[in-house]
Amino acid sequence: MKPAPFAYVRAETLDQVFDLLDEHGDDARILAGGQSLMATLNMRLSAPEVLIDINHLKGLSEISCDGETLKIGALARHSQVLESTDVQTYAPLIAKTMPHVAHQAIRNRGTFGGSVAFADPAAELPAVTRTLGARFVLQGRDGQRTVVADDFFQGLFETDLKENELLVGAEIPVIQDGERTAFMELARRHGDYAMVGIAVQGRIEGDTFADMRLGFFGAGDQPILAKSAAAALNGQANSEDTIKKAQDSLDADLDPMPDLNGPAEMKMHLARVLTKRALAELAS
Amino acid sequence: MDQNVDITMKVNGQQVSRRIPARTNLVDFVRYDMELTGSHVGCEHGVCGACTIRVNGDIVRGCLMLAAQAEGAEVETIEGLSDAGEIADLQKAFHERNAVQCGFCTPGMLLTAQELLTKNASPSREEIREFISGNYCRCTGYQAIVDAIEWVAEERRG
Ligand SMILES: Cc1cc2nc3c(=O)[nH]c(=O)nc-3n(C[C@H](O)[C@H](O)[C@H](O)COP(=O)(O)OP(=O)(O)OC[C@H]3O[C@@H](n4cnc5c(N)ncnc54)[C@H](O)[C@@H]3O)c2cc1C
Ligand code: FES
Ligand code: FES
Repeated sequence: MKPAPFAYVRAETLDQVFDLLDEHGDDARILAGGQSLMATLNMRLSAPEVLIDINHLKGLSEISCDGETLKIGALARHSQVLESTDVQTYAPLIAKTMPHVAHQAIRNRGTFGGSVAFADPAAELPAVTRTLGARFVLQGRDGQRTVVADDFFQGLFETDLKENELLVGAEIPVIQDGERTAFMELARRHGDYAMVGIAVQGRIEGDTFADMRLGFFGAGDQPILAKSAAAALNGQANSEDTIKKAQDSLDADLDPMPDLNGPAEMKMHLARVLTKRALAELAS
Repeated sequence: MDQNVDITMKVNGQQVSRRIPARTNLVDFVRYDMELTGSHVGCEHGVCGACTIRVNGDIVRGCLMLAAQAEGAEVETIEGLSDAGEIADLQKAFHERNAVQCGFCTPGMLLTAQELLTKNASPSREEIREFISGNYCRCTGYQAIVDAIEWVAEERRG
């Protein structure tokens, strides 16, 4: 289908964006990579009056690192993040994730910020940024505020972003010595949204799990940090028994929704399988 | 507010200016306004890859980008790549290896294959499959397409 008619503005400055948001409120929509928004417009799931194209705002697509924090601008394209050596060095979990985010033609347009702001519970980046303890920089007319990922994601496609705010970047703590990562997902077609997926970062000291963070996508109404599973692992030896306990505690962490892929119970099963596989990869 | 926009861009090397409804997507623009019907329209929500077009050197979904967003850009379609001879070897290989049946997916497949080979001169069959995973083909079963791309990669390496 074709979208309903709308007006289009190529914004050159932040002030212009805030003016339009103030003027049109809910009838305006921010257009970043368009790889989710355009699809919903084509299907007429929404019909805004004005699209505010932010692709030409300056200074929002840089990726940089000062040794402590990796900064990814909201307009960094998925393909740019995929190829970034800073991302490979300082956030290998994101580097492992990117090949699974959509397909090349979509990665050439889709943006890091768009994916985070859209907050699809089945998308990789919301769960991965939550796993990494990322902070998001939100810009309003009168200044910026920073929100940690744990507080940013609030529900199904719901975030802490206000109607007249723009997500301008993400700040990701860099990986520390001894931290390991694993990423896995199950999708019917490579690059499509996964049925269920897991992102893990943590340590194995000697034989003992520590500082474990397990993020899940496709496993609830929002990206999930599996706190009970992490608690079942931390301080315990890497054994079949420990892993079984972590798998069992997923019942307290996850709440998958049934969808076209299958019932919730199937997704719980897949989450347990992925947990075992990801922990084996982490240890290898 | 005005629901039309003025746009200027290069399409296959030719400078064009038009006034169009803002909601026109890039693939409809090249098909209806430029009468370049080699780019196809399948799903219109990013899933099939039939609408693949190159913008400033990178492949995109023509159904998920507004023509207005290509303001000032270099847009290339299958016609442009074909006329320039850039993908003559891929076209020949697709033909000879039976990687074309109805041809609906073929323009998108060719542009995607070309982007793969410019990024990776010696992709494995697995990497070829991953790269074309966003392009549906309902006829060939993909095997012949992977064969054709693999063969051209070898040829180009010499
Ligand atoms: C076939 C297909 C497969 C896909 N597969 C995957 C996948 O496997 N995994 C995955 O994660 N994604 C997938 N995607 C989605 C893709 O990653 C999108 O690019 C991403 O979800 C949205 O980013 P965008 O820049 O395109 O945002 P847009 O589509 O432009 O915007 C999405 C929403 O976020 C808002 N928004 C965007 N940027 C900002 C900002 N800076 N501040 C405030 N609000 C903003 C917009 O107003 C809109 O509501 C797929 C898409 C398609 C079409
Ligand atoms: S028509 Fe664009 S991806 Fe199917
Ligand atoms: S040849 Fe018919 S869809 Fe691919």
